[in-house]
Amino acid sequence: MRQLCKGNVAVIKGAILAGCRAYYGYPITPASEIAESAALMLPQVGGTFLQAESEVAAINMVYGASAAGVRVMSGSSGPGLSLMQEGISYLAGAELPCVIVDVMRGGPGLGNIAPEQGDYFAMVKGGGHGNYRNIVVAPASVQEMAELTMLAFELADKYRNPAVVLCDGFVAQMVEAVELEDREAVAPDKPWAVKGTAATRKNLITSIYLESDELEAHQRHMEAKYARAQREEPRHELYQARDADVLLVGYGIVSRVLRSAVEKARQEGLRAGLFRPITLWPFPEKALVAAAARAKKVLVVELSNGQMLEDVRLALDGRVTVEFYSRVGGNVPTTEEVHARFATRAQAAA
Amino acid sequence: MSEESRVAVAEIGAAQDDFELLHAKSPVFYPVYERKSDLKQQTHYCPGCGHGIVHKLVAEAIEELSLQDRTVLVSPVGCAVFAYYYFDVGNVQVAHGRAPAASTGIARACPGRVVISYQGDGDLAAIGTAEIVHAANRGEKICVIFVNNAIYGMTGGQMAPTTLVGQTSTTTPWGRRPANEGYPIRMCELLATLEAPVYIERVALCDNRNIMKARRAIRKALEIQRDGGGFAFVEILSPCPTIWGLDAVAARNWVAEKMVPVFPLNVFRDRKPEPLPDGGPEPRSLAEVLEIEARAAGDSSKIRRASHSFETLTVKVAGSGGQGALLLGQLLAEMGLREGLEVSWLPSYGPEMRSGSAHCHVCLSKERIGSPLISHPDVLIAMNEISLRKFAPQVAPHGLILYNREKLPEDFAAPEARLVCIPASEIADKLGSTKAANMVLLGALLEETGSLGADTALRVIEEKVKKIELLNTNREALEAGRQFVDKEVWTGAETQPDGFAG
Repeated sequence: MRQLCKGNVAVIKGAILAGCRAYYGYPITPASEIAESAALMLPQVGGTFLQAESEVAAINMVYGASAAGVRVMSGSSGPGLSLMQEGISYLAGAELPCVIVDVMRGGPGLGNIAPEQGDYFAMVKGGGHGNYRNIVVAPASVQEMAELTMLAFELADKYRNPAVVLCDGFVAQMVEAVELEDREAVAPDKPWAVKGTAATRKNLITSIYLESDELEAHQRHMEAKYARAQREEPRHELYQARDADVLLVGYGIVSRVLRSAVEKARQEGLRAGLFRPITLWPFPEKALVAAAARAKKVLVVELSNGQMLEDVRLALDGRVTVEFYSRVGGNVPTTEEVHARFATRAQAAA
Repeated sequence: MSEESRVAVAEIGAAQDDFELLHAKSPVFYPVYERKSDLKQQTHYCPGCGHGIVHKLVAEAIEELSLQDRTVLVSPVGCAVFAYYYFDVGNVQVAHGRAPAASTGIARACPGRVVISYQGDGDLAAIGTAEIVHAANRGEKICVIFVNNAIYGMTGGQMAPTTLVGQTSTTTPWGRRPANEGYPIRMCELLATLEAPVYIERVALCDNRNIMKARRAIRKALEIQRDGGGFAFVEILSPCPTIWGLDAVAARNWVAEKMVPVFPLNVFRDRKPEPLPDGGPEPRSLAEVLEIEARAAGDSSKIRRASHSFETLTVKVAGSGGQGALLLGQLLAEMGLREGLEVSWLPSYGPEMRSGSAHCHVCLSKERIGSPLISHPDVLIAMNEISLRKFAPQVAPHGLILYNREKLPEDFAAPEARLVCIPASEIADKLGSTKAANMVLLGALLEETGSLGADTALRVIEEKVKKIELLNTNREALEAGRQFVDKEVWTGAETQPDGFAG
């Protein structure tokens, strides 16, 4: 049965269906409904919700709960994620799975609370110290806010690594229909966890490796699992891309605008298509190269100063012209605005 | 002597028969410190360091209370970062200052277990001040062992928050000056201002009598955890001979002579752990909490598959905060859902909600919805003049504007769209609640466009509004809106044929 649901609320519904029973967070617009939903729902299904004294504390509570083997999450927006970066680095270093939602707002600094995509570098490229990766998924609808949160829990456990649900203020604040099944995921056994039991007494969770060779070996081990994720986990969606002359690339709310722009262009007989990365790390490079193979031009649209753009350019490696259109500060381009960026030029070229 | 200790003694080559071992190493310690890279029989602590004594006291308490299989030791950043080399219990190493937060996560994930947060003075009283204060304030069921030696040991002798006035360190080369660095912080006294902690004591490793007091304090803090838990905090004034530049005996004396006067030894809190007031919810099923309704076979009563005249209908609702513009949009989305459509509702959000304007975009469609942002709505519901002026120019040429006033502002240049003025607030006011103006406008919209079923609207309102008086007002308001459009509609001179018939 479909139900109307806000993006931020869907995150928690998805998390509970993924077997998550612990949430530690701190309020911040436009992510607060995630914490509020967790506060409302988790205690009713036997879970823990705690409003921490800061995002710094919250992410370390997540660290503790994850070390104890439970599925656990936090959610915040840019400024809060900045505070969590140390903890995320520790989680990655200690190979602790967790899910973190970043509802991106305008930045830098206090910026504003309107949608932006300026945290791409911070989440996809790292942000904390040291050699590590976050697994990053990017929902574009309320349904995906639930589904990709569930996927994030699966991937986090599969790779024993933090997974980030990276979305913008619009996808988080939007209400759409979602369809949820009353079927809870079963988390895998975690024989490595420290639970204060005889069976787990010998276990150790740590990210410190004092000897250079030990730390190098640990990092090589992490690299190997990241390489596996790069082989197995890239996800993307195509729309009208097969014969597209102009391939639009965008994620999150932008991909929705691009979809409408493709529809508008197609009505005019212009061959436009859409490539939407669903995982931002690992980035779906191969699929993008394939999708852009016959395109005359790729247009990347982002609510940032060109962050994902770098990954698109790296993937395409000069094979095709890559153009960029950006809105920042909380502005989201309209369908017409994006359409005008490529339609007039494509027509002029034709 | 435990079997493990015997093995250890054998491993280091001591002849077991030559002497009687009175003080064997606790089996809570690993017999050999395999996690160390070299010198696996000895600790990394300096001779005379208090950590060695504290480790021993903690291990013996765990042993005596039979907690080895129930304990998680959280090691900090500082000299005790490698506590997991030694303790044969579950071990979690955490970030600098965050042990109380990580311990919170562990303790709540593993109720009934014994969680020890082992921290030094820089870790606990400087970088981790917020974490310790709030863990204490929540009454987390953890045992905090706070080793205060008035200096940063691991990083090589910088000032600690507990460094004494006048005490030199590598970052207070002229001694700690209150004018520059403030005074040493007294954590026991600070935490004792809070309600939730059950046990707070300060002890000192300055002589054997006091070491035995420390032993009892640590044991007590762990007993509290064994018996169901509560926040227990033991501060231990502890020598750091290496950094202080003293020998072991002089360092012990320094604790007694210099530290104790500043950090008085005392029991600051000692009360029976009792459950804190709670009033949590009753457990409910997943489906109930997540509002997942069972898909009963043949149950189609909820969804009315209407034959809509539009492919996509976009509506912008705008007004001032408190007028119910956002709610009206949500009701439209809910109605669309009931009628089997794809729907999206996108609000203006944040501070705007609290004052000034509020608007939302509603999209109803037979197809998957692309952009939920509407640049040219088919319908604008303008609940005040500002909204009318701001958004009317955006309305699609064949669109509709519903304006919440008797007539248009005089200087308003009407756009191409069809315009309907309806004094919804006044109508609602007469019905008993100005707040029902949004229902009047909804009624007008339904009557004017025929886009969605009035019966769907009624059903949604009945489900959403629980108070019976409010429900009646809303019903009346919806009907009044329909009637108004039906009978009294004022339209612009040059109206466009409306595109919603059907």
